[in-house]
Amino acid sequence: MSETRQSVLSDIRNALVKKAPDDARAKAVAERLSGRPTGIIPKRGQLKQDARVELFAEMAKKVHSSVTRVSGYDEIPSCIGNYLREHNLPAELIMGTDRRLNKADWSLEKNLTIKKGPSDGKDLVGVSHAKSGIAETGTLLLASGSENPTTINFLADHHIVIISAKDIKGDMESAWGSLNKKDGQVVMPRAVNFVTGPSRSGDIEQKLLLGAHGPRALQIIIVG
Amino acid sequence: MELTSHNLKSNAKDALGNEQLQKALGNVPKGFIDKRAKAAAALDEFEALRDKGREIKDHTLANLDLYLEAYEQKVIENGGHVHWAKTAEDARRIALEICQKHDAKTVTKGKSMITEEVELNEHLLENGIEPVETDLGEYIIQLRNEKPSHIIAPAIHLNQGQIEDDFRRVHTHLDEDRDMSEPETLLAEAREVLRKRYFEADIGFTGANFLVAETGSSVIVTNEGNGDLTQTLGKVHVVMASIEKVVPTLADCSQILRILARSATGQDMSVYTTFSTGPKREKDPDGPKEYHVILLDNGRSDMLGTEFEEMLRCIRCGACINHCPVYHSIGGHAYGSIYPGPMGSVLTPSLAGVDKAGTLPNASTFCGRCESVCPMRIPLPKMMRHWREKEFEQHLQPKAARYGLAFWAYLAKRPKLYRALVSFAMPALSVLGGTNKRISSLPLASGWTKHRELPAPEGRTFMQAWDQREALKQEAN
Amino acid sequence: MSENTNPKVGLFVTCLVDLFRPNVGFSAVELLEAAGCDVHVPRAQTCCGQPAYNSGDKADTKEIAKQVLDAFEDYDYVVAPSGSCAAMIKKHYPEVFEDDPAMLSRMKALSDKTFELVSFLTDVMFITQTPGEFAGSVTYHDSCSGLRELGVKEQPRKLLKNSGVDVREMKDSEVCCGFGGTFCVKYSDISNAMVSKKTQSIDDTGADMLVAGDMGCLMNMAGKLKRQGSKTEVRHVAEVLAGKLDTKPISGS
Repeated sequence: MSETRQSVLSDIRNALVKKAPDDARAKAVAERLSGRPTGIIPKRGQLKQDARVELFAEMAKKVHSSVTRVSGYDEIPSCIGNYLREHNLPAELIMGTDRRLNKADWSLEKNLTIKKGPSDGKDLVGVSHAKSGIAETGTLLLASGSENPTTINFLADHHIVIISAKDIKGDMESAWGSLNKKDGQVVMPRAVNFVTGPSRSGDIEQKLLLGAHGPRALQIIIVG
Repeated sequence: MELTSHNLKSNAKDALGNEQLQKALGNVPKGFIDKRAKAAAALDEFEALRDKGREIKDHTLANLDLYLEAYEQKVIENGGHVHWAKTAEDARRIALEICQKHDAKTVTKGKSMITEEVELNEHLLENGIEPVETDLGEYIIQLRNEKPSHIIAPAIHLNQGQIEDDFRRVHTHLDEDRDMSEPETLLAEAREVLRKRYFEADIGFTGANFLVAETGSSVIVTNEGNGDLTQTLGKVHVVMASIEKVVPTLADCSQILRILARSATGQDMSVYTTFSTGPKREKDPDGPKEYHVILLDNGRSDMLGTEFEEMLRCIRCGACINHCPVYHSIGGHAYGSIYPGPMGSVLTPSLAGVDKAGTLPNASTFCGRCESVCPMRIPLPKMMRHWREKEFEQHLQPKAARYGLAFWAYLAKRPKLYRALVSFAMPALSVLGGTNKRISSLPLASGWTKHRELPAPEGRTFMQAWDQREALKQEAN
Repeated sequence: MSENTNPKVGLFVTCLVDLFRPNVGFSAVELLEAAGCDVHVPRAQTCCGQPAYNSGDKADTKEIAKQVLDAFEDYDYVVAPSGSCAAMIKKHYPEVFEDDPAMLSRMKALSDKTFELVSFLTDVMFITQTPGEFAGSVTYHDSCSGLRELGVKEQPRKLLKNSGVDVREMKDSEVCCGFGGTFCVKYSDISNAMVSKKTQSIDDTGADMLVAGDMGCLMNMAGKLKRQGSKTEVRHVAEVLAGKLDTKPISGS
């Protein structure tokens, strides 16, 4: 097997031999990997905080997310309770161990049953907290882990995602900054999901249909 | 897939006569062209990003060995395994080994053209393992035992009625007389049927739109969520990707992502763009226990350093296919190869040999629409022309065409002889045209006159008339 | 380069104009002379080399290109009533000689002064008014090479409108008509499907006349229109702009 590895790499090197000497190439690669140059950042998301949050909401709605805003985490339980009632959903939901979600006083929604942990596919409603958002495209950045299990993002029929207004960035490049870093480098969780609207498919005569395999509905609650 | 590109002409004829197909193909320009144009127009930096994309990929290709090594190191650091495959056969063998090691009975698949290229499904089936396609379009064609006809919209050659019939035929657990007239019903059925299969799967296979060297991550870009369910719920996640999918950094990937979805479907971002880095970690409540990447060459290293290298910038958006008037007329299956349209016409001869796939780059008018919309600025007509040059060098073109063109070139290089010949040929031809000024049938020109009238020449050539005019002027002076 | 007052223009007639429709050549001369050009027609011209080039015959392409270079090198401008022939000289001749520095620099010089006819009139000679008049309606087909390689799009429409012509846009004017040189005979069924879509778009405009800047496209579309029994007349845009409408339309009426 390592023979195949050698064979592929040496075939590549032979093909590239005319391009540049090996030490120059090694230097160029090392520079790019350590320098990680930012490219072109579109003007669209480069707005002040308030306008940025507004753009985020506008772009999210364009892709069929529903968006609502509350001033504090204490309002989350009733906000979610209302959503469930409006959509005739049973008073049950699943979420992870995200501290910000657990901070709120859920006893205010008396009948609500809250499961904690990854989803087994039988949950109608899942709640997550996004690490950050991207105003440019109305996108949420969700990171895997026990705080926000990945399966909730894809198995719930209705996915409710909380995001803090100050975590809404203008562009994807800035959103990467919301992840943990070590020596200036992003430490990747197992999965980073950029979510832009509810699940959809165009595979039947190019007709746009929502709710393919992932959530049928995406509700975003902006806090702050 | 058995290559039948040499049958393109007869495949095309069948396709043109297929009313169902022609109706479905109407959805290609309707569904993609305006949307891409709108998305591109709405982003001021779109053109600059196309240049950036080309720059990033060219830099990566010039250092591909080094970036692959850097990528591999990061994958291993994060607890993943990297396997190298020189050929399609290697890739199939490695994939099967992984499946057998885990006693896999069923595997789920995210939409992956590379697994089609290496014919993974057939290989798994031969070895008693059931592959389950989860992308709606791929699921539909799997039921029909067909190949995809488009690289991002596999079932675009089908009408809703045909899909209804297939679901009725296969989903026998449901009421035979149910109303399936709404496409939403079909979607809901597929969702329900496939939900179970994700949980049953022993292995989840996906491709990768990108492999990020900086972090050892694989990236999938989807709308349905099936790729994510495949790779999260499967006990083992296997990524199969060709070597040119590598990009250096997350920032570089973010750049190219901006032109990918916009060029493909006109969306600013696809619904799900997921970066996966290794298997389940200690504190992860979900995720695959093992993470494998199969890196496949299959002809790519042969393209490096040649006039076909630019094709390696392709990010498989399908824009070229969506805008191609030839594709609009004949659909994807007529190309007889796994990759259709302009990108298929350049790539397939590289993978299969120009002797086997040479028809593809010939079935083009070089209208250039493909190149005008390629987000990575790949000069597709130019590379199709390079394939024609290779065919010419190897004498692969039909003799009649070669001799005809050689005769024309012979004359063209000899203006005096050319003048002598045409000065009686054109008047003769114009006589055939009669008063109507057109010729309905002409021996040796049936390729033209089968479908069109041949406009008759005026009679004298321009040069003859010009000479006469100049002669008169001289006399007058 | 001399001031654009009376530039010496070498007319690249193109094989299809030379063989099938001299009226286009004379229209081009009329338009160029009306713009103040001193028009010459070098005798040693036959073909731009596209058939050889597009069938992969680089050797013949180079020889033909050299012949064109020798015949046209000394003019101030080289003008062709064809987007594809002009693009061949302007865009592809330099590509073909990439590996030959001496020839490449001569070809680049030739390229710099080569233009398609209508865009030459508007963009180089700054013409806004042409001699011809036509009271009817036309629809304009954007030939691929002219459009995508040379940016010919608004110029013919502007000149037509300034002549009082009612220009009606067809759906998908930018979509290939299916000519593509040998493509139309090699893949005649596919070509037929493409030109049939085009003639439908043309018919839907109800225009009296179809015009375009390339004979290959025009012969293809005219041939199909006539086979379908259409009454739409087909001419090269130069003929309408020059007012040389005495010759019967392409493929008759």
